[in-house]
Amino acid sequence: MARRNQEISKGIDTTLILLYLALVTIGIISIFSVTYQEGTPVVKSFLEYKTDYSKQFYFFILSLFVGLFITLTDSKFFTATANIWYVVGILMLLLVFPFHTQIKGTESIIRFGSIQVQPAEICKIPVALALAKYLSRIETDFSKVKSQLIGIAICLFPAVLTIMQKETGLALVFFAFFLVMFREGLPPSYLIIGFSLAVLIVATLVVDKDVLAIVLTVIASIGIYLSRRQIKKNKGLLFSILLVWAVCVGIQRFAVPFLFQKVLQPHHVERVFSLIGKENPYVDPAVAEANAAKKHQGIDYNVRQSKIAIGSGGFSGKGLLKGTQTRFDFVPEQRTDFIFCTIGEGFGFLGSVVFLGLYFFFLLRIVFVAERQRSTFSRVFAYSLASVLFFHIAINICMTIGLAPVIGITLPYISYGGTSLLTFSVMFFILIRLDADRQMILR
Amino acid sequence: MALFNQSRGRIIQLIFVGIFLIMLIQLFNLQILSGKYRQLAMDNAVFAKVRYPDRGIIFDRNGKAILDNTILYDLVVTPSELKNADTFGLCRLLAIDTAQFRKRVNDAIIKNGRYRPSVFQSLLTPELHARLEENIWKYNGFALVERPVRKYPYNAGAHVMGYIGEVDQNIIKKSNNYYRMGDFVGRSGLEASYETVLMGQRGVEYMIKDNHNRLVGSYENGLRDTLPIAGNNLHTYLDIELQQMAEAMMANKVGAVVAIDPRTGGILAMASGPNYDPNELSGPNKNKNYSRLALDVSSPMFNRAIKGQYPPGSTFKPLGALVALDEGLITPSYGYACGGTYYGCTRPLNCTEKWGGHANNLRDAIAWSCNSYFSEVLKKTIDNPKYRNPRKGLMVWKDYMTAMGLGYRLGVDLPSEDAGNIPDTADYDKSYNGLWNSCTMVGGGLGIGQDKMLTTPLQLANAMCVIANKGYYYTPHFVKKIDNYPGADSILAPYKVKHEALTHISDQAFEIVISGMQDVVDKGTGRVAQIPGIQICAKTGTAQNRIIFEGKRLDLKDNSMFVCFAPRDNPKIAIAVVVQNGGYGSTWAAPIASIIMEKYLNDTLRPEKARRMEEISQTNLMPSYLKRMQYREDSIRAFKWFEMTKDSAYIEKYLKPVRQTVRPAAVPTQQAAVPAKENKSNHSNQPKKAELVVDRIRTKEFNG
Repeated sequence: MARRNQEISKGIDTTLILLYLALVTIGIISIFSVTYQEGTPVVKSFLEYKTDYSKQFYFFILSLFVGLFITLTDSKFFTATANIWYVVGILMLLLVFPFHTQIKGTESIIRFGSIQVQPAEICKIPVALALAKYLSRIETDFSKVKSQLIGIAICLFPAVLTIMQKETGLALVFFAFFLVMFREGLPPSYLIIGFSLAVLIVATLVVDKDVLAIVLTVIASIGIYLSRRQIKKNKGLLFSILLVWAVCVGIQRFAVPFLFQKVLQPHHVERVFSLIGKENPYVDPAVAEANAAKKHQGIDYNVRQSKIAIGSGGFSGKGLLKGTQTRFDFVPEQRTDFIFCTIGEGFGFLGSVVFLGLYFFFLLRIVFVAERQRSTFSRVFAYSLASVLFFHIAINICMTIGLAPVIGITLPYISYGGTSLLTFSVMFFILIRLDADRQMILR
Repeated sequence: MALFNQSRGRIIQLIFVGIFLIMLIQLFNLQILSGKYRQLAMDNAVFAKVRYPDRGIIFDRNGKAILDNTILYDLVVTPSELKNADTFGLCRLLAIDTAQFRKRVNDAIIKNGRYRPSVFQSLLTPELHARLEENIWKYNGFALVERPVRKYPYNAGAHVMGYIGEVDQNIIKKSNNYYRMGDFVGRSGLEASYETVLMGQRGVEYMIKDNHNRLVGSYENGLRDTLPIAGNNLHTYLDIELQQMAEAMMANKVGAVVAIDPRTGGILAMASGPNYDPNELSGPNKNKNYSRLALDVSSPMFNRAIKGQYPPGSTFKPLGALVALDEGLITPSYGYACGGTYYGCTRPLNCTEKWGGHANNLRDAIAWSCNSYFSEVLKKTIDNPKYRNPRKGLMVWKDYMTAMGLGYRLGVDLPSEDAGNIPDTADYDKSYNGLWNSCTMVGGGLGIGQDKMLTTPLQLANAMCVIANKGYYYTPHFVKKIDNYPGADSILAPYKVKHEALTHISDQAFEIVISGMQDVVDKGTGRVAQIPGIQICAKTGTAQNRIIFEGKRLDLKDNSMFVCFAPRDNPKIAIAVVVQNGGYGSTWAAPIASIIMEKYLNDTLRPEKARRMEEISQTNLMPSYLKRMQYREDSIRAFKWFEMTKDSAYIEKYLKPVRQTVRPAAVPTQQAAVPAKENKSNHSNQPKKAELVVDRIRTKEFNG
C-alpha cells in the first residue's frame, strides 16, 4: 500500500498542488462572504448543497476526485486520445446549435436534467490537447507557414463556433493560444500584426475617422520618404507600404464598423464604448435614448459599483463579511465575474497584492514546469494552461478595475460556477499528471 | 527541440510581469491614492439617520412647563409595499381623492424611492391618528411614525416663546453648515434667542442599506452611532397665569402689556394684542395658520411690547420731574399757576384741568397731570442756566433719558427689539434747519411726552422700575436659570448687572415724585386702579391718534396708556399698558394694570375685579379702519394673483356689479380724473407693512 502511494505521488509538484488548493479555498471563502446570511450555522449550510458556497464546495470535492482519477491515469492516454477529445469537443459545440437551452443573452448552454453544460467553456481542454498533439508530431515543422496556419486553425475553429453562440468573451479566450504558438516558434510578426491591429481598432474607436485616415496617410508618406533609397532599388517595397496603408484605412473605415454592427453583440459594443467613455455611434438614436434611461442598471453601473467596492477597501480592507458593497448586492454578478470585488473590498490593497501574487507565482510555476518538460506535448499543454489562465485572470481583473471592457469571463478557481472550476481543475490535474512523467518522451 | 525557442519563455514571462504590474498600479490608484471611493461606498451603503433631540422645556416661575414637547404622528408610505391596500377607505378618511393619492405616492417615489418610507401626510390631528391607528392594518404599505412637536400647554405666550420653523439656506450658511435641510430652528421669541441652549445635540444612527435602498440593519453594530442629547431647559420669571390674564384682556385690542419685577428685572408677563394661540404654529395646520397670520393687516405676530413704538404721553411726566429736581431747576414746592392753558411760549397749549391750583406743587401737578406745569419744567430743563445753551440742555436731558433706558434697545432676551427714539440736537437741527430753541420742543409737546419721543411698552415698564428702585434697574429679561448648560453663566451675565444709572438723584426727589404718583391713584386721574390695602403709584396717559389712510386724514380714538408700580414700599411689580385707540388712560389701560397687580400681589382677584376682567376680555377695540385695510390688501393681492395666473376666480368677489345707467358724456371724464388722482395718492401712501404706519402714528396729547 505504502509503495503504491509513493508511486502515485512520485514526481507530483507539491508547490503547484498547494497553490491550487489555496486558490480554490480563497474562491469558496469569497463566495461565502458574498452569499452567507448572518445567523445560519456555517458547517451545516456548507454541507447542505443549497447555497452557492456549498455548491462550489461540492464542485471542489468533485474536482479533487476527478483530479485523483486523472493522476491515476497513464500519461500516454492523453497523447493517444487528444485528437478524439478535440473531435468530441467540436461535436459538443456543434450540438449546442440545435439543442441549446433558452437562456437570456446566450445560446451556448445545453441542459442535461438539472446540469447545465457550456461546451465553449470546456472546449479549452480539447484544444489544448489537440494543439499539443499537433505540435509534438515529429512530422510537424512549425517554422513552415502551412503548419502555423493549421495550428491557428485548430485554435480558432472553436472560437468561430463560440462567437456564433453569442459568447464573444469565451471566444476571445482561444486567442490565448497564440502565446503558446509564439513559444513554439510562431513568428513574432503575428503577434506584432495582432497588436498593431488592436491599436488600430482602439484608435478607430477613440479618434475621429477622418482624422485617423489623415494620420495614417501621413505615416505612410513619411515611411515612403524615409525608405526612398530602398524603393529605388526595390519597387515592391513601395507597393507593400501602399498595401499596408490601404488595409489600415480599409479596416478603419469599413472593417471596424462592420465588426461592431454585424459581428459583435450590441451589448458588447455598448461595453466597449462604456469603457472608453464614449457614446456608441453604431446604434440608432432611439435605442441610445432607451439605453441612457436605464443607464444606472447598465454596464456602466456594474463597473462603477465594482470600482467603488474595490476602491473602498483601502489599504487593509474592511474584513471578511464586512464589505458593505459586496454584502448587499451593489455589484451585480459578484459571485461569478465580479468576484474579485469581494477580495478587493474585504482585504484591501494588501489582500489584493497577496492574492495577485499567488496567481502570479502560480503562473510562473506553470511556465517553470513547462520548461522542464522533455516532451513537446507536455510543454505545449503546460503553456496552454498558463496562457488560458493568464488571459482569464488579466481580462477578468482588468474589467473589475475598469481597465478592460466587461466580457463575461470567469476568474479561474475563484468565480462561482461548476463548469469553470471543473474545466480548470481538469486542465490543472492533466498538467500534474504529465509533469509527473516529465522524464518520458510523449508523442 | 526542447530547448528550441526557450528565450521566448522569458518573453512570455515578461508579458505576465507587465500585465500584473499594470493591474497592481491600477489597484494602488483605486485603493490607496483615490480617496473618493470610500466616501462613495459610504454613500452607497450607509444611511445616516438623524435622531432629533427633544428641544429644551421652558418653565414659568412656579415650575409649570409652559413650552413642552409632545408627540404627533406622520402617516408614511412605502410605495413598494402598496399591494391590496384599501385605497378608497384611506382616501375617504383623509378626505382626498384618488388622483391626489396617486400624486402623493409618486412624489414619495421621487423623493425616497420605492423601498424607503416617505411621509404621506405629516402631523395628523389626534382624531385622525386615532382613526388611522384602528384601521392601519387595512392599508398595506402605510405606517404611523412618531414625530416630536412643540406644545404650549397654556395656549399662551406666543410672542414671548416664539415658534420653530424649518431652516432655510441662509440659516444653514450662517451656522457653518451645522444645520441641515429639514432641521427645525427657533424662528422668534425665546425659541430663537436661546436656540443654542434649547436645540440640544443631534444624534446619528448609521444604517446599512442594500441595493434597493432598503435599510437592512445597523452599521458596524452601532459602534459609530451617537445618541441625541436633549436640549437644556429654561426657567423663566414669567407667571403663566398672569400671562394668560394679560393676553385674555388684550384680545381684540391693539396694544401691549409688560409687567416686570423691579427687584430682578425679570419679566412677569408680556402680552401684545392682537394675539394668537402659539399652538397654531406648531400643529398639523401650521403652514395654513402661518399664512393667515402673516397676511392679517393687524399683524398678530408683531410683538408690540418690544416693537410697538408709542409716544409716552403723560406717562413721561414723572421722568421729566425727576430730571428738573436733580438739576435743581425746581423744588418740590414749585408751582405753576395754570388756568387751563400754557402761555410760556408763543403758541398756547391746552391743559385738561382748568381749576386753579391744580399745579400748586410738584405732587399735585403729577396727580392732576398738568400739561402747563411740565411744559414749563421742560423749558427750564432745556434752558438750564447752568449750561447757558439749549443745545447742551437738550443733550443733558437726553443723557437722563438714556440712563432711564429710553431711546435704545434695552437688550431684553428676545430677538428684534426696537429702540424707540429720544430726540437729540441732530434731530432738531434736521427738522428745523438748526433754528430751534426750547419753545420749539415745548410747542411740539416734548414736555408732555410727545413730539419726537417714542418709547416701547417695555421701556416704559423699565422706566417704572427705575423710579420704583429709586435709580437703578436690571435689564428686563425672561430667563432666570438654565439647567445644566456650560455657558449659562455667560449668557445670563448681562442680566445680573445692576444699572445704577440714576442713583445719584436724591431719595427725596424720588420720594416726592413717587408720592405724586401715589396721589394719581389715591385721588387723581388713576383712581380706577385702586386696590384696597395696597399703595399703588401710577401715571395715566392718553394720546390722540390720527393716520393718513387712503389719502384721507383719519382721526382715531386716543391711545389709552398706564404705567405703575406697587406696592409703594418694596415694589414687587412694575407695569406698562398701552391700548391703542382705547380712549382715556383710565378707561382701559388702568383697569388692565390694576387687575394684573391685584392678581400678582394678592394672588387672587376680588369678584368684582374678576367680572371687570371678563368685561374687558369681551370688549373689541380693534380700530374699524383695519377692516377696510384688510380688504384693500386682500384685493390688491388677489389682483396680483389674477395678473399672474389669469384666473378670474381670484378677483371675482372683489368685482363690483357693472352699472347699467348711461351717464352724460361730460361726467365720465370728470369721473375718470378723480380715480386716477386717488390711485396716485393710494400708491404713495400704500403701506408696505401696514402695521408700521399704525404704530408710528404721530399723536397729539390732550390730557394725561
